[in-house]
Amino acid sequence: MPDQRETGLSKYWKLFTSTFYLSAFTFGGGFVIIPLMKKKFVDELHWMEEDEMLNIAAIAQSSPGSVAVNASIFIGYRIGGIPGAAVTILGTVLPPFLIISVISMFYAAFRSNAIVSAVLKGMQSGIAAVIADVVVSMSGKIVKQRKWVPVVTMLGAFIATWYFSINVVFIILFCGVVGAFTTLYELKHSPEQ
Amino acid sequence: MKLLQLCWSFFQIGLFSIGGGYAAMPLIQEQVVEKQAWLSMTEFTDLITIAEMTPGPIAINAATFVGIQVGGVVGAIAATLGCILPSCIIMSIMAYLYFKYSNLKLIQGILGGLRPAVVAMIASAGVSIASLAFFGEKGSVHWDHLNPIAVALFAAAFLVLRKWKTSPVLVMLGSGAVGGALYLVFGMA
Repeated sequence: MPDQRETGLSKYWKLFTSTFYLSAFTFGGGFVIIPLMKKKFVDELHWMEEDEMLNIAAIAQSSPGSVAVNASIFIGYRIGGIPGAAVTILGTVLPPFLIISVISMFYAAFRSNAIVSAVLKGMQSGIAAVIADVVVSMSGKIVKQRKWVPVVTMLGAFIATWYFSINVVFIILFCGVVGAFTTLYELKHSPEQ
Repeated sequence: MKLLQLCWSFFQIGLFSIGGGYAAMPLIQEQVVEKQAWLSMTEFTDLITIAEMTPGPIAINAATFVGIQVGGVVGAIAATLGCILPSCIIMSIMAYLYFKYSNLKLIQGILGGLRPAVVAMIASAGVSIASLAFFGEKGSVHWDHLNPIAVALFAAAFLVLRKWKTSPVLVMLGSGAVGGALYLVFGMA
C-alpha cells in the first residue's frame, strides 16, 4: 500500500526531482537504472527495503515496456499512490523527451554535413558491434542454462524474423504461450512441491 | 490521423517490447521502417546511435525522434504517450497484484520464457544494422559492395568490447572518430 510517512507537496517534489535526475543521467537504458534507483530510494531516502526494490526490479524487467518507466511507475505508486505514479512518469519521461526534441530539430541540417555524415557512417559499425556484443552475452547466458526449449526458441525466433520476416508481435505472442506451458509444466513437476 | 497512427504504432512498441533496453529495437524497426516508412534504415540506425548516446530508454527516445520528424512537437507527445500507456496500465495491474498477493512466480515465469525470443529478435535487428554498415542502404548484399573499412571497424570495436568491457558510448565515439576520418580521407563519405 502507498506509504504515508511523508505527506504533502514536498514528497511529490522529491519524487519528481529524484526520478528526473536518475533519468537524465542514466545512459544506455535497460537495467542500468535499477542500481541507481536502489541507491536513491533505499540507501539515501529510506523509502523502501532492499528486498522490495529487487522485487520491483524483477517485475519491471519482465513486464512490457521500458524498465526505467516501469520501475518508476511502481515506485511512484508505492510512495505516493496514483498521483505519485503520475509524478514519477513525468520525471522519467521528460529528460529524454527534451534532449531528443532538441537533437531532432537539428538532425536534418546536421545530417547533410559531410563530416557529420562520415562520423555517423563510422558509428554504424560501432553500434553494430555493440549490438553483437549484447547478443553474444545474452545468448551465452541462455545456452549455459543447458535446457533445450530456450535454445530452440532462440534459434527458431531468429529464423522466423530474419529469414521469413514474420511479424515480431506474432513471435512474441507465440513464445509467450510456449513459455506459459513450460512454466506450468515445471511448476507441476518441481521437486520442492 | 497521423497523430493517431503515431500513438498506435508506439502503443504496440510499448506493449510488445519485453525485457527493456534493446528489446524495443526490433519492434521500432518493424513499425517505423518497414510498416509506416517514417524512417529509412540509415535514419533508423542514426536514431539507435543517438539513443545509445543520450540518457533515457530507447523506446522513449525513438518516440520523441520519430514523432518530431512526422508531426512536430505534438507528434512527439502523441508518440510518447502511446509508448508509455501500456506500461501505465500493466504496471498498475502488477502493483495491485503485488501488494495483494506478492507472488508473481507464474507471470514472471511466462515472461521469462520470452527472453530467448527477445535475444533472437535483437540479433535480427543487429544483422540489419550490420548489413547497412557493410553494404550500404541499397540493400544489395553483394561482395562487390562490401565496405572494408566498415568491416574492419566492426571487428575492432567488437574485440575492444569483448576484451576490455569498454563502455559502449566510448566504443561508438571511437568508431565514429576513426571511421569518420577514414571515410573523409578515402572520399567515401
